[in-house]
Amino acid sequence: MATAQTRTLSRIMMAPAVIVLLIWMIVPLVMTLWFSFQNYSLINPMMTGFAGWANYVYVIGDPSFIQSLVNTLILVGGVLLITIIGGTLLALLLDQPIWGQGILRIIVISPFFVMPPVAALIWKNGFMHPGYGMLAHLWKFFGLQPIDWFNQYPMFSVIVIVAWQWLPFATLILLTALQSLSEEQREAAEMDGANAINRFYHIILPHMARAITIVILIQTIFLLGIFAEIRVTTGGGPGYASTNIAFLVFRTGILSNDIGAGSAGGVVAVVIANIVAIFLMRAVGKNLDA
Amino acid sequence: MGSISLSHVKKSFGEVQIIPDISLDIKEGEFVVFVGPSGCGKSTLLRLIAGLEDTTSGTILLDGVDMTKAPPARRGLAMVFQSYALYPHMTVRDNIAFPLKMAKAPKEVIDQKVEYAARTLNLSSYLDRRPRALSGGQRQRVAIGRAIVREPKAFLFDEPLSNLDAALRVNMRLEITELHQQLKTTMIYVTHDQVEAMTMADRIVVLNAGRVEQFGTPLDLYKKPANRFVAGFIGSPRMNFVDGPEAARYNASAIGVRPEHFSLATTPMPGAWKGKVGVAEQLGSDTFLHVHVDGLGLMTIRTDGDQTFGHGDDVYLTPDPARIYRFDAAGLAL
Amino acid sequence: MARAASIQTRIGFTALAWAIALLLFAPILWTILTAFKTEAEAIATSPTFLPREFTLENFGAVQDRSDYFKHAFNSIIFSVGSTLLGLVIGVPAAWAMAFAPTKRTKDVLMWMLSTKMMPAVGVLIPIYLIFRDLRLLDTLHGLTLIMTLINLPIIIWMLYTYFKEIPVDILEAARMDGAELYNEIVHVLVPMAVPGIASTLLLNVILAWNEAFWTITLTSGKAGTLTAFISSFSSPQGLFLAKLSAASLLAIAPILLMGWFSQKQLVRGLTFGAVK
Ligand SMILES: Nc1ncnc2c1ncn2[C@@H]1O[C@H](COP(=O)(O)OP(=O)(O)OP(=O)(O)O)[C@@H](O)[C@H]1O
Ligand SMILES: [Mg+2]
Repeated sequence: MATAQTRTLSRIMMAPAVIVLLIWMIVPLVMTLWFSFQNYSLINPMMTGFAGWANYVYVIGDPSFIQSLVNTLILVGGVLLITIIGGTLLALLLDQPIWGQGILRIIVISPFFVMPPVAALIWKNGFMHPGYGMLAHLWKFFGLQPIDWFNQYPMFSVIVIVAWQWLPFATLILLTALQSLSEEQREAAEMDGANAINRFYHIILPHMARAITIVILIQTIFLLGIFAEIRVTTGGGPGYASTNIAFLVFRTGILSNDIGAGSAGGVVAVVIANIVAIFLMRAVGKNLDA
Repeated sequence: MGSISLSHVKKSFGEVQIIPDISLDIKEGEFVVFVGPSGCGKSTLLRLIAGLEDTTSGTILLDGVDMTKAPPARRGLAMVFQSYALYPHMTVRDNIAFPLKMAKAPKEVIDQKVEYAARTLNLSSYLDRRPRALSGGQRQRVAIGRAIVREPKAFLFDEPLSNLDAALRVNMRLEITELHQQLKTTMIYVTHDQVEAMTMADRIVVLNAGRVEQFGTPLDLYKKPANRFVAGFIGSPRMNFVDGPEAARYNASAIGVRPEHFSLATTPMPGAWKGKVGVAEQLGSDTFLHVHVDGLGLMTIRTDGDQTFGHGDDVYLTPDPARIYRFDAAGLAL
Repeated sequence: MARAASIQTRIGFTALAWAIALLLFAPILWTILTAFKTEAEAIATSPTFLPREFTLENFGAVQDRSDYFKHAFNSIIFSVGSTLLGLVIGVPAAWAMAFAPTKRTKDVLMWMLSTKMMPAVGVLIPIYLIFRDLRLLDTLHGLTLIMTLINLPIIIWMLYTYFKEIPVDILEAARMDGAELYNEIVHVLVPMAVPGIASTLLLNVILAWNEAFWTITLTSGKAGTLTAFISSFSSPQGLFLAKLSAASLLAIAPILLMGWFSQKQLVRGLTFGAVK
């Protein structure tokens, strides 16, 4: 399968994809880098010229940056924790002999199909609203003072919404992996006298390791860029309490029209993503070799 | 139409040289079998001829025309794969018609040729089925049908029967041989089964580690093996080899005797090899005795089916002196 | 799971599983029910479960206020268009990677996937400025182009994993049968890969439909998709719950239905074939 002709053809066939992705990756990135060293504000057109590290100093030096960075990590970490643990437990449950498994799968996956702004709006107005949200009704039912979730616990609230969207994904992938564990393997373990807990640690968990890696990889890709949920619910507030890096760049660059500082933030975001990516790719690259 | 000639064809995959240097001339209309142990490069050689792989160097002529660099689609050869490689999404009819459609043949011609091929191969009642609804033998026939409609210069078969059960294999073997007699088109057939090679071939190419050990008619190979490898490979059960002082008595570094070229006695004979029967495999028509010969090791002897020897019996073996093969230190026949 | 589970454990597990599933589904159920309530009922201090008086007025109001159909149409063009364009670029690339792999094929795939790692905000500003200068802001084709680039790595990767399961013999047979590359791909590869291509299509339509960064930042009115449509409901609060639910339901219903029908293939697709 490798004549010189096929090799040539295959290069030609790959060229469009490689070229557009290369452009897509390089051009904007170079521009972002360029802007990040410029004085460039849409509000103040008089301010131009080379800015040196000023934009970086401005962005990174701002306390909001550290907070956003921490928030980003909390958001990604929190959602991963909830979805992996919750997803594993739920997958184990759904793998039991239960009635209506097919319908359950469909019900459970549903939140994954809900677009982020809708998810955010439903939670914001229908559930977490201190006046007429369902949780407020529940709190009142037990005689408690309703909580103003987005003001009192903004990060937690955002995490809940995002985890709700991604838990189904984790569950179904882990369930699929679980179901590919052959009955014989389990029975063999049982014959060997392994109890349920031992079976879980020595048979089931190693078998699911690959699936868990995949879930972490894919979710991280999406979680680093969480945007709509924050924009629709807290708007990044109160203050910067629920601003992540993605939203910070949007705030600085687009809302405040400071292209230079926004770009510097963008570059930082790319660097952070790449650090995460390198770790993930290392871990997953081996695992994905199907 | 249909002569194939390779000259100094070499093939490496990266650093690994699979075919060091092969030159072959296959005549028009010939049925040539490539045989050899697994991994010796049979498929690779066939795929070089097909154009599915590039030669590293050397030239391939089809009907005298240099086709070394031509893509498979332009070579006018047809190939039948071990896996059949049928198009699963097409009916049998469309599978067989595919090469004709690619050649932009007119519809009437396609229909006519497909009908004809289907009749020849007993596929007429399956034309509207998908490959997955066919048995292994039927799939094989579809693959052959797809090959014959294009009226290729030559057919290339890569172990086409190895996925079939034994009985069907014998049947298909006959059908392919018959097809060859009918079409008189050049065929190259790859197998590692030397029975297939012996029964089907006009000429056999014995390959070993990418080298041609011998190229000749089946009887040539049986009677006059060029070297120890061919002697051991052709013939079933395998030839028995003896080296050391016993071989030196024949002025050779090693001698070989085929299992069918012994006379057998139960009483000592002058010059005979004494041994004890280990296992006796009774096939009905023949009996294969595995005899532990003192000082020479295990030998396989073929006797007629009426002989009844048992484990532990003493036997005396006399090789037919006219049929002792002698080899030098390099393994070449003397 | 043929093990002899007692009927009690089975009932227990079933009840627990359904309870959790319904809890997860509650926000969607709430949306569906509230969409058919009146505004007054929706914010009543003692909430109802089923709508007391079933009304469709919310849907009419939503259409009047924000023109659902225009946004839905944009969403369809945007998500289907970007996916088809992605397939046109992706199929040949995946063919090359699956059937003529080189030492570097895996690196190229990894690199492609890594472009997904690039946070959108990192390139938002230049894209915004380029779009502004090329007059692509708030246009459907500009948006579709961006979406194609975003999903291209996923499309290629998914196709690659599906193509790899197709025996190369069959493509070689096609070559021997005289098929040139175009015929090999169009008449042999693509029909054989229909299930894989279909789930690639579905998943990417869903991802595009739910894309909520570029659709919000690069549109203002004309080219707005449903994500932009729904975001326009985020600011005004108060007497708005039922209409908000109606709008939400309208925005998610098409994809929810599509997802329900295809969830099996989607799970496989989303893991790039790594979990089967
Ligand atoms: N694409 C390839 N890349 C690297 N090595 C290859 C490739 N194809 C074949 N080889 C190697 O070339 C050698 C010959 O392979 P080939 O398939 O021709 O053997 P064969 O004689 O057909 O064996 P079999 O009877 O098992 O089919 C083997 O060692 C194989 O590992
Ligand atoms: Mg082979």
